[in-house]
Amino acid sequence: MKPGVASIFSPTLAARFDVLVEKYPVKRSALIPMLLYAQDEAGYLSEAVIAEIARRLSLTELEVRNVASYYSMLRFKPAGRYNIQVCTNICCMLKGAYDVLDRFREELHIDPNGTTPDGLFSLEEVECIGACCWGPAIQVNYDFHDEIKPDHVPGIVGGYRGKAQAEGKK
Amino acid sequence: MTTRLGILRDSEQKMPDVTFTVDGKKLTAPAGTLLIDACRKAGIEIPAFCYYPGLSLQAACRMCVVRQEKVPKLQTACTTMVAEGQSFITESEEIAAARKGTIELLLGNHPLDCPVCDAGGECELQDMNFKYGAGESLYTEAKRHRDEQQWSPAVFYDRPRCILCYRCTRICGEGMDVWALGIENRNASSVIAPNLGNRLDCEQCGMCIDICPVGALTSGAYRYKTRPWEMNHVSTVCTHCGDGCKVTLGIRTSTEGAEIIRGDNRDKSGINNDFLCAKGRFGFDFVDHPDRLTKPLVRNSAGTLEPATWEHALRIAATKLKEIRDTRSGAAIGVIGSNRTTNEENYLLQKFARTVLGTNNIDHERTTDYAAFARALAGHPGKTATLREIGRAPAILLIGGDPTNEHPLLAWQIRTNVRLNRARLYIANSKPIKLDRQAKATQEIPAGGYKNLAEFLDSGQSDFSKAVLAEESLIVIFGEEFRSAAVDELVAWGLKRGNIRFAYLGDHSNSRGAADMGLFPDLLPGYVPVTAPGAFAEYPNLPSTHGRTLPQMFEAAANGELGALFVVGANPISRLELDPEALRDTLVIVQDLFLTETAALADVVLPAASLYEKSGTVTNSFGDVQLARKAADRPGVRPDFEILVRLAGAMGVDVKTLVPFAHGSVTGDLGQSRGAQAGEADRHSVWLEANGLEPKLSPFDSLALLDEIQRLVPGYAPSESFDRFSLFAGNDVPSELGNSPGFVPISTLRGPDLIAPNHDGLFTSATLGRYCRGLTELEQHQETVKEAVAAAD
Repeated sequence: MKPGVASIFSPTLAARFDVLVEKYPVKRSALIPMLLYAQDEAGYLSEAVIAEIARRLSLTELEVRNVASYYSMLRFKPAGRYNIQVCTNICCMLKGAYDVLDRFREELHIDPNGTTPDGLFSLEEVECIGACCWGPAIQVNYDFHDEIKPDHVPGIVGGYRGKAQAEGKK
Repeated sequence: MTTRLGILRDSEQKMPDVTFTVDGKKLTAPAGTLLIDACRKAGIEIPAFCYYPGLSLQAACRMCVVRQEKVPKLQTACTTMVAEGQSFITESEEIAAARKGTIELLLGNHPLDCPVCDAGGECELQDMNFKYGAGESLYTEAKRHRDEQQWSPAVFYDRPRCILCYRCTRICGEGMDVWALGIENRNASSVIAPNLGNRLDCEQCGMCIDICPVGALTSGAYRYKTRPWEMNHVSTVCTHCGDGCKVTLGIRTSTEGAEIIRGDNRDKSGINNDFLCAKGRFGFDFVDHPDRLTKPLVRNSAGTLEPATWEHALRIAATKLKEIRDTRSGAAIGVIGSNRTTNEENYLLQKFARTVLGTNNIDHERTTDYAAFARALAGHPGKTATLREIGRAPAILLIGGDPTNEHPLLAWQIRTNVRLNRARLYIANSKPIKLDRQAKATQEIPAGGYKNLAEFLDSGQSDFSKAVLAEESLIVIFGEEFRSAAVDELVAWGLKRGNIRFAYLGDHSNSRGAADMGLFPDLLPGYVPVTAPGAFAEYPNLPSTHGRTLPQMFEAAANGELGALFVVGANPISRLELDPEALRDTLVIVQDLFLTETAALADVVLPAASLYEKSGTVTNSFGDVQLARKAADRPGVRPDFEILVRLAGAMGVDVKTLVPFAHGSVTGDLGQSRGAQAGEADRHSVWLEANGLEPKLSPFDSLALLDEIQRLVPGYAPSESFDRFSLFAGNDVPSELGNSPGFVPISTLRGPDLIAPNHDGLFTSATLGRYCRGLTELEQHQETVKEAVAAAD
C-alpha cells in the first residue's frame, strides 16, 4: 500500500494486510484470505473494498471481482449482522433441514437471501457445511449449531437478538 | 501463464527432435512441442476451441482429447508435450463420442439461433457440431437465457452464446496487454466480464471479436448486416497508419457498386498476423460517408463550386494548367502529393509534374524525415529492419514515440516478441509509455535530449547504456524526434557499431512510399538528386534545378509567383495551418475524397477513389511493400492514377510516355527521348521481357508503372527478397533503402520546419479520420468511460 493513501479498513486489519501481502512469493496469493478478512470486517465486498484490495495486490479490480465472484461465501451485497446459513444438502435434508429453514422464514419473516428490516438477521440456504453426522446443521457467522429441530429456532434467534442488545449496550 | 508458454517455446527451440506415432504415421518434432502443434504441422487436424497458437494454455474446452498409448484416460493434445516413442490416436469412435459429449454440454445453454447469429457460417462450434453430430441432446431442461450486453460502440456480448474458451480474455490481456476482460462467477453461471462492470475501458481493438470462435462477441459495425457467405472477402492494406496491416474487407454488391460491410483480419496471412487495431477494423466507413465527393466540381463564374461532368472538369483543369505552363513556365506550377495514394500514383504524379508540367515544384506533407534517413543509409544496404524482423529480433532499442497509440502493429510485434521469444526491449523516452511494461530497461530522456543519445550510449556510464552496448545485434526504432542531421548522427553511430539495424517511423499508410517515389522538390524517385548528372535521363524535359518545398510554394503563391497549385490527396491548409489567402490568385486543382479545407478553395475538384477502391502497391514505415487490392466500388469516383492519366491526355500528352501500356508499347516508349539510349530498342520492353513480365493493356492499369518503378528505383529492383510473385500473392516484400546512391545533402531545402508529424492516436487519422464515424464514436466512448473512472476515484 502506497503511503499517504488512506485505508478503509481498521488499523488492525490494515496492519494485518500489510504483513499478508509480503507473505507469499506472489502477491496475489494473499487475495482470498484478504477477501475473507475484509468481508468479516466490512460485512460485504463493496466497491471500495475491492478497489483497496486490488491496489494493495497490484491487481486490476476486474481480477479481484473475477476471483471473488467464483466463491459463494463472498458477498457483494450487505448481509444481516448475523447471517444464518441453513444446510439443505442430502444428510441435513433427510433429517428435516427444510422444516428448520421454513421455521426460520416464519420466525424472521424473510425468505432465503433476505435480510430483516432491522439489519440484524439474514437467511441463506447453503450447500454442505461439513457437519453431516449432526444434521440438520446451521452456521451463524462462524458459529455452528447442529442437530437442530424446528423448535430450537426461536431460541437460537432469541439468543442472537439478546447478544446484539448486550453488545449494543456496551 | 505467459511464462508457462515461454518455457514451452524455449524448450522448443533447444530440444532435440523426437519421433512419435500419430494415427499410425511416424512424426518428428522437437521434444516438448505441443502435440496439437506437431499434428497441425503434419496436416492432422485436432479440433480445439480454447487452444490458440501464441497464447497461454487454457485446457478448458476438452475438444482436443486424444488417446495416448498406455495412459488410462484421454489426454488433451493442447497440453501434451511430445516425447520419444509415444503413440497417439486422434480419431476413433471413443474420441468422437468424447467430443460429441463436450459439444452436447456446450450446447446445454447455447441458443440455437444460428440463422440470425453473425457467426453463422463461420462458427467453430457450428462446424464441430456438424462434424461430431451432437444434433440431439439428452438435456430437456430449458436453456438459461440472459440478455445481450453492449460494452462499447464496437463490442457486444451475447452471454448464452459464449462457450467460455477464454480466448478473448487472453488475447486482450496477454496479446494486447490491456487486461480488460475477465471471467465472473463459476461453472454454468460463468460469463465474460468487462473491466467496468458493463462497459469496456480499453483500446477498442476488436481483437476479442475476431478471436471468438462463436458469435458471443459481435462487432457493432457489422452485426446483423449480412451473412458471411454473402460477402466477397478482399485482403488489402489498411489506409490509416504507417504500419500497413493487412485488412480483409467484406464486400457486398450494392445498388451503387460494391460496399464494404466489414473489416477484419480474416486470413491472418499478413504482416500483422493476428493483430488488427480499431482503425483497420472499424475505420472503413469513410467510403460511404454522406459528404463523400462523387462528382467533379468546377468553380463557376459566380465563384461557387458546382457539379460538372468528368470531361468538362478535366478539360478546364488541363486547359488552364497547359496555359500557365506555356505562358509562365513550369516553375509557376506547384504540385502536392499524398501520404495515402499508392506508389504507382505517387510515381506517376512526380513524373507528370516533372515531364508534363516541367517543374520540380513537388512535395508532400512530410511526417518524418525519410530523405535524411535515406541519405544517412546510402551505400549501406541491409541496414533497415522489416516489421517481421522486429517481431523476432533478440534485442530492440525504442527511442521516443508512443507505438501503442501511433503504431499499434509495431507495439504488438514488440510485445509479442518479448512475450514469446523473450526479446530484450530497451526504451529511451522523455515520457512514460505503455510499452515500458515490456521493457528490460528504460531510460528517461530530458525533453530535447534525444540528439545526445548516441553519445550517452557510447559513454557506457549507466546500466542502461551498458546493457544496450552489450547486445550482439540490435534493432533501433526511432521517429520524427530525429530529423535532418540528428538522423545522420544516430545512423552513423549505428553503422559504426556494425550490429545495428534501423526502423524509422512515419505517419500514414504510404508516407514512406511518397518519399521513396520522389515527391520532393530536390529528389527523384529512389532519393536520386534532381541535380545529379544523367539522373533519370529517359525523362523528357526534366528540369535539373530543384523546385520549391510545400511552404515555399505557399510563399510563392502569396507573392503571385505561383500560377497553379495541383493538390492530390492532401489537405495542407488545415494540416499545416497555412493561410488560405495565399492562394487567392492561384488556380487550385484538388483531387480528394472529401471537400477538405484545401479542396474548398479549389477551382476544380476531382473526386478520387480511396485506397480501398483501387489497386497498387504501398510501402509502410519499415519499407515493407504490399499490394493493395480494389475492394469497394463507388460510382463517380476515379482512382488518382486514372485521373492523372486522363488529365495528361486532356493536356495533349501522348500518355504512353507516362504509362507504358499495350503490347508492343514500343510505339509509345521508343526511347527517342532517352539521350544515350536514343534509337535503341525500347529499354522498358526489353526489361519486361527479361523479367518474364507482360506489358499492360490499359493506360489506367497502375501496375504498368510498377515495372518502371522496379526498373528505375534502386530500392525496388527485383531481387530475391523483392519478389513480384510473393508480392502479388499477398505478401509483404522488403524494399531496400541502402541501395540509393549517395548524394550531397542539400541543406537549404531541409530543416525541421518541413516535417509535421500528425501524432494520430488509436481513433484518429488526420483529415480522413474525421470522416470515420465508427472511430469518432469509439473515441467518444473512451472519453466518457475515462471521465466515469476519474469521477469514481
